[in-house]
Amino acid sequence: MKGAVIDDVALVMTDDDTVATALADLEAGRDLSVDGVDGCERDSVTLREDVPFGHKVALTAMAPGDPVYKYGEVIGEAAAAIDPGEWVHTHNCESRRGRGDVQEGEA
Amino acid sequence: MPEFTGYRRDDGRIGVRNRVAVLPTSVTASPIAEAIAAEADASVRATPHQMGTSQPERAREQTERTLAGTGRNPNVGAALVVELGTETIDADDVADRIARSGKPVETLSIRAAGGTRAAVDRGAEVAGDLVDEVEAARRETADASELVFAVECGGSDATSGIAANPAVGEACDRLVEDGGTACFSETPEFIGAEHILAERCADDEVRERLLERVDAREDMAALMGVDMRGAQPSPGNQEGGLTTIEEKSLGAISKGGTTPVRGIVDYADDLPVGGGLVLMDTPGYDVESVTGKVAGGAQVVAFTTGRGSTTGNPIAPVIKVTGNPATWDEMASNMDVNAGTVIEGDSLSTVGDRIYDTLLSVADGKRTAAERRRLEEFAINEIQPNELAELRGEAA
Repeated sequence: MKGAVIDDVALVMTDDDTVATALADLEAGRDLSVDGVDGCERDSVTLREDVPFGHKVALTAMAPGDPVYKYGEVIGEAAAAIDPGEWVHTHNCESRRGRGDVQEGEA
Repeated sequence: MPEFTGYRRDDGRIGVRNRVAVLPTSVTASPIAEAIAAEADASVRATPHQMGTSQPERAREQTERTLAGTGRNPNVGAALVVELGTETIDADDVADRIARSGKPVETLSIRAAGGTRAAVDRGAEVAGDLVDEVEAARRETADASELVFAVECGGSDATSGIAANPAVGEACDRLVEDGGTACFSETPEFIGAEHILAERCADDEVRERLLERVDAREDMAALMGVDMRGAQPSPGNQEGGLTTIEEKSLGAISKGGTTPVRGIVDYADDLPVGGGLVLMDTPGYDVESVTGKVAGGAQVVAFTTGRGSTTGNPIAPVIKVTGNPATWDEMASNMDVNAGTVIEGDSLSTVGDRIYDTLLSVADGKRTAAERRRLEEFAINEIQPNELAELRGEAA
């Protein structure tokens, strides 16, 4: 697998990433050790909610509009303030692309 | 150099299966084509589809190109084109385009045959004769460089971008290194990752064409005033952990590997042999996308899926690869390769080797899970009215 596996249960694809992918169903309250991840300011992240297999957890704090990085690339932007350890998904992360609805509003 | 055995065709291409294809020119002729295949030998395959008897010109051309390309696929030893007889697509035209590859082609008109029952009887007889002709073909040794390998993903989840797609990408890299062609498509799933593909384009012309196609697909969302978020990623993708189209795309493009993008071709257009990595401009609908690449000449398809898929194809074997260990367990009877071992610690290179070996053994005759279960879907992409308007320069 490319990237770094943390605590055997989550995957950070590159050091620039602001989210990790859960490789197991993770429960709220669990700590993830991230001191090996260069882009992370802290040593560990505490899960603020359950994160199912394949879903993403925030490694850093993000303000609304901040880019969200996975694969070292922008996968969208924070649609709300996101704290480290929060589940990151469609409720708080939005696509910047293929937004016919937004473009129509601008026209 | 890796080798496999296949059926050498008159145009020099090598087939990995020895099928007789029964190709209906319209939705009307489709059930007849299916009935003919059901009555004929087991090597006969129908390609029923949903296209009407009169389509706008560009759509009709695409249907005709897909049917002719499917008949020309080297896995097809001979073809029978079936029409009702009132379609704008003429069975003789399709047959002529197939015949240029040197293989036996027959046509059948349901009207001229005297109705459906007579057409099925006559069709089964003709198909039987064609089976006799193609059965003379014997497998001979061929080089991996003669393979055109199509890769597709469907039912993606987070494991697709982490495990199954990059592992299939490793297999594509090995094939390209050995001189073959790898092809992936689904242009809507380049959105958000096109900058990475653009950097890998072999020259400026390919780069411009690629970016134009991506713009056109993204503009379709604007043209229809829709928010792609409802469909891309799909609700299933979202349950699997994919949040945005960008995230899905970044995972999706890894299935093509890391070699330069040598070209981009239209839906169902001919793919080169020995061409390296070539993209095809297709929609994101899995079955239509696979059909396009098989019509382009792909002999074998790899289909990656996180959440599960049963898809096969009547003409080309489809190797099912999953990166999700739960899907491997739950859908074992539909899967061929477990790439979920990447998550348990196998290297991508190890799994890539396993996929490349599977590609060669399937080319050599080993049946895939979809083939064993006769799961064979075929669907032609229909150009939508908005797309036609865009093609005519009449975009709203």
